[in-house]
Order: sequence, then C-alpha cells, then structure tokens
Amino acid sequence: MTRHRAGPPLPRARGELSAGVIAFLRDDGALPDPGAARDADPYGDDLQLALYVCYELHYRGFAGVRPELEWDPPLLTVRGALEDRFLTALRHDVPATDELDGVLEGLLVEPIRGSGVSWFLQDLGELRHLREYAIQRSLYHLKEADPHAWVLPRLSGRAKAGMAAIEYDEFGAGRADRVHAGLFAGLMSDLGLDTAYGRYLDQGCAPMLALVNVMSLFGLHRRLRGALVGHFAAVEITSSPGSRRLAHAMKRNGAGPAAEFFYTEHVEADAVHEQVVRRDVIGGLLDDEPAMATDIAFGITATSYLEERLGDRMLADWKV
Amino acid sequence: MPNSSEHPCRITIGDDGPLLVEGPVEVTCADGTVAVSDRFVVALCMCRRSRMYPWCDTSHRRRTQPGEKSRRDTG
Repeated sequence: MTRHRAGPPLPRARGELSAGVIAFLRDDGALPDPGAARDADPYGDDLQLALYVCYELHYRGFAGVRPELEWDPPLLTVRGALEDRFLTALRHDVPATDELDGVLEGLLVEPIRGSGVSWFLQDLGELRHLREYAIQRSLYHLKEADPHAWVLPRLSGRAKAGMAAIEYDEFGAGRADRVHAGLFAGLMSDLGLDTAYGRYLDQGCAPMLALVNVMSLFGLHRRLRGALVGHFAAVEITSSPGSRRLAHAMKRNGAGPAAEFFYTEHVEADAVHEQVVRRDVIGGLLDDEPAMATDIAFGITATSYLEERLGDRMLADWKV
Repeated sequence: MPNSSEHPCRITIGDDGPLLVEGPVEVTCADGTVAVSDRFVVALCMCRRSRMYPWCDTSHRRRTQPGEKSRRDTG
C-alpha cells in the first residue's frame, strides 16, 4: 500500500462525524452513517470539521492518507450528506433574492464607523489579536484563490478571461515570490507563527471552517458556479477597505514589513479585482446565463452571513 | 500585452470610480513622482481621495452615516 507522507497531519476530531471521517482516512474505522448529518448542527464544529477534512483531500491531502481516497465513493456519499445539511441551512438562513444590483450596491457603500473585526483591529487590536486573526485566516489565506480556480472550466468568454486574469494576479503573475498565499506566509512569519500549511487546523473555529468550506462547496460543484462567482465578488469588493484597516493595525503594532505588505498589496490589488469581477466576471456570466443572477446573489449573501458569524465569534472571544 | 497598433492599450471609463488601464504602466503625477505597476490592469484614482494615489483604494465609495442602513459594517 502506498502511504502518502506529504501534507499536514490529520486534525483532532470534534465529535462523531469528524471522528468517523478521520478514522476512515487512517484506515482505522468505519465511516459515519450519512443519515447522522441530518441531526448535526450545520454550522457546528463537528460537521464543519468533517466537511473540511473531506474537502482537504482535493487540495493537499493529509500525511499518511492514501491519495485514492479523494474519490472514494462511500466517502463522497458522506461528504454529500454533510454538504446537503450545510447548503440547506444556508439557503434557509440567507434570504433568496434575484435583486443582484441591490445586493452589490449594499457591498459598495462603506460605513464611516463600522463595528466589525477589521475596525476593532484597526483601533484597538494588539499583537495577540493580530496573531489570533492570522491563525484563523491562515486556513484560507494559505490556499488563497485555490478554490476559485475550480470555476474556470465552467465559465466562457469574458467571464473566463476576467476570472483567469484575477487568478493570475492572485497567483503572483508568474512570479513565485508574489503568490498571495506566500505573502500571507510572510505575514505569519512576522507575527512569529508557524507557516506550515494546515498547521493551525486544530485551532480553526467552526465559523472559519464554514467560510473555507463554503468556497470549496461552491468551487467543486459546477451547478453552484454562480454562487462561486458571487462569493468571489463579495471577497474582492469588501477586501480593499478592510485590508487598509488591517494594514494600519499591523503598522501600529510594528508587526513587520511582510505583515504590512500583505494588506497594502490587497488594498491596491483588490481595488482592481473588484472592478474586473463586477464588469467582466459577473457581467460576462450574466450575458451567457441570465438566470444566474439569483445564484450570484446567493453566493454574496451567504458569504456575508458566514463572515458575520466569524466576526461575531472573534469579537466575542476578545470580549468586546 | 505590449501596446501595438493591433493591440492598443485598453482604457475603461466607468460611471464612477477609477479609470481602468491595461498594465504595465508608468504614471507621472503632478508633483513629478513616478509610480510604476506591472499588474494586468491598474485602477487609476479619479476622485483624488485615494491614500495610495495614483492607484485607487476604493475611497470613492459612498459613505453611510451611523444609523444609515448598510450591509457593510462587519468586515
């Protein structure tokens, strides 16, 4: 049997679903009953970790886990049940709308004073908060733009060209030292954190897992390509102002040049990406498939909903 | 893509917000400073409010007053 040694270690289980999936991947136990997903908290630690572990097989996998399990039919059945529970909850909790223009408009205004995490970090964040923020965000930023690459074969024309151009920029425009995931590793080094991929999965809170999982969910399913585009748009549109606040937080705390640069680069890059994603990616997709407006709007509102849950969780942990 | 008569530099003007210019670009500002970018497209600030001038930093966006409805107070 070929053992796959590369990749991060499997995480610690957080309940029966995640314990079953992890044991199965170790060749050391049976998969959970897919029906058990129906009773699980759709946003809770156990379901979200089980789903995260299933999805990670499509990125880098885990040390000691056979690569063939990525396409293991019984495991995919369990993953499908977890996804169904998560997606059904999102569709229930996020109001459906085809008013895409209104949803986009909502993202394009900035409060003079906000109450979210980036505002807190800008004004009051200490190094310990910045480290905790980076630990959580590392679950995404160390694979930044990876889940979005899956949508490329499902787009055409203007939408494909625009999406590919943004992804090219995310992946360093041909230069390894500019790959955004690598820039984030530089930020982590400045903050004294371990930059190894997957190192902080055990510390990832359920709302952070859910945020990464929603990208993987939208990215891996062709039928959800509109939601993936909406998700991507939400990230790019909201990134610049938030990144400016975070760059300020890094500077004020003397976090280091790489930590500051990660966010100043995102202020500038995402001001461009936002324009391209709205004009070319959303505009092009709607030209090709006008019925996608509802799914694009869902991708945006689902992302905002999950970001809000994550922000609430972090601020609650910091008791502010 | 280098400029040529077959492929002229594409510039996009929107209703509001920045001017989009295909990169790479070298921008000389009024005070003589030169900014260079090799990004595939750059967004040039038109509102003059950017703190990264000449690049757009989304400062042109409409601001909501405290209490005014906004979906964007969480990020």
